[in-house]
Amino acid sequence: MTKNVADIGELTGLQLPVERGCPFDPPDAYERLREQAPINKIRLASGGEAWWVAGHEEARAVLVDGRFSSDKRKDGFPLFTLDAATLRQLRSQPPLMLGMDGAEHSAARRAVIGEFTVRRLAALRPRIQDIVDHFIDDMLATDQRPVDLVQALSLPVPSLVICELLGVPYTDHDFFQSRTTMMVSRTSLEERQRAFAELRAYIDDLITRKESEPGDDLLSRQIARQRQEGTLDHASLVSLAFLLLTAGHETTANMISLGVVGLLTHPEQLAAVKADPDRTPMAVEELLRYFTIADGVTSRLATEDVQIGGVGIKAGEGIIVSMLSANWDPAAFVDPGELDVERGARHHLAFGFGPHQCLGQNLARMELQIVFDTLFRRIPTLGLAAPAEDLPFKTDAVIYGVHELPVTW
Amino acid sequence: MRIKADTHLCVGSGQCVLTEPAVFDQDEDGIVALLTDHLDDQSAAQARHAVILCPSRALSILQE
Repeated sequence: MTKNVADIGELTGLQLPVERGCPFDPPDAYERLREQAPINKIRLASGGEAWWVAGHEEARAVLVDGRFSSDKRKDGFPLFTLDAATLRQLRSQPPLMLGMDGAEHSAARRAVIGEFTVRRLAALRPRIQDIVDHFIDDMLATDQRPVDLVQALSLPVPSLVICELLGVPYTDHDFFQSRTTMMVSRTSLEERQRAFAELRAYIDDLITRKESEPGDDLLSRQIARQRQEGTLDHASLVSLAFLLLTAGHETTANMISLGVVGLLTHPEQLAAVKADPDRTPMAVEELLRYFTIADGVTSRLATEDVQIGGVGIKAGEGIIVSMLSANWDPAAFVDPGELDVERGARHHLAFGFGPHQCLGQNLARMELQIVFDTLFRRIPTLGLAAPAEDLPFKTDAVIYGVHELPVTW
Repeated sequence: MRIKADTHLCVGSGQCVLTEPAVFDQDEDGIVALLTDHLDDQSAAQARHAVILCPSRALSILQE
């Protein structure tokens, strides 16, 4: 049965991210909407309507279903900043993997997924441990207190890791970090477009250099692979590098910071992890679930009429899957508001679900595990230097996090 | 219990390998490879979990 949008009254004029009442909880409207129905119709700030998928089971069903398109360039796709300029810009660029469907997506993903196998990533573990130790050495060497953990550890670790994997000079990290932060913040459209254009130009130059002077890195291997197949496509390589570089550091950095906040504000949970490092992987899953930092990035467009979760979605209608809502669905996680590192939260949707599920998820898992283990082992008295509720949370960014995280020990 | 892996549906997320490395592996291109298709009781429980976690529904249980 289709709900009448006028009856809903929640999330009317939706703009993501929705403001959170408490920095650790989803917005209040999420729970009310989920209790109403697992899938509801809502009105967007842009004027259009879209389906809001709130339930865990329904979110999985939508994200695995090939009848829903990820192509943001299509008419009717639920964009939150749907203006002519954004749409023109989207349509003028080759799509990122995130925006592809079906066979095109499958081919693009298969070309690169071999770089992210569990075995390949395990081989990176010692180097990532060295990187984490290096930045913690620097923290321990300074007399300065408090230290901003975002700048000292959260950002540099994933940035250096992704730089080494891709073959991007780490000396350029200030440039790509600041441009990425700007792109995912709710700054002005002009600022976001300028950041996007500057970063794209930088990566374009980088790919051009690698085409003539290949190195031992992921991007050079992609160039060689395409050459061998006779399909060297400069623009698609720029898109791939853009996606991997931006997605590869900003998300992990935010999750490191929030994970530390989550553990420090739940000392009994932290104590359980410290007592047995074998619990760390499970704790990482729970922290990923609890914070679900990339909410609402999984929008889709129905290409056919689909009956799902008790509603009839018509071809041409937009769907927003809220992974934060799904990850706080009591049907999938008992007492979702409790941070419980031993609950077994692997079935969370923080990395999405379906064929687009995060390509770098196992790299992110490993980075988070190594950071939390090493940080709390080497600085066991680590504590927040400001009350958690006063931290500058990224309330207006597409990817949730904290701007600064003052810590002391 | 026997299990089937559809290599055309696989998207190489590696969830199955993380869950039960005694049963699931990935080839060089990241695609699922079964190390065995006859599972003992302990592996069967883990493999059932992998079936649930697989983001592309590439895994299925053939017989209990």
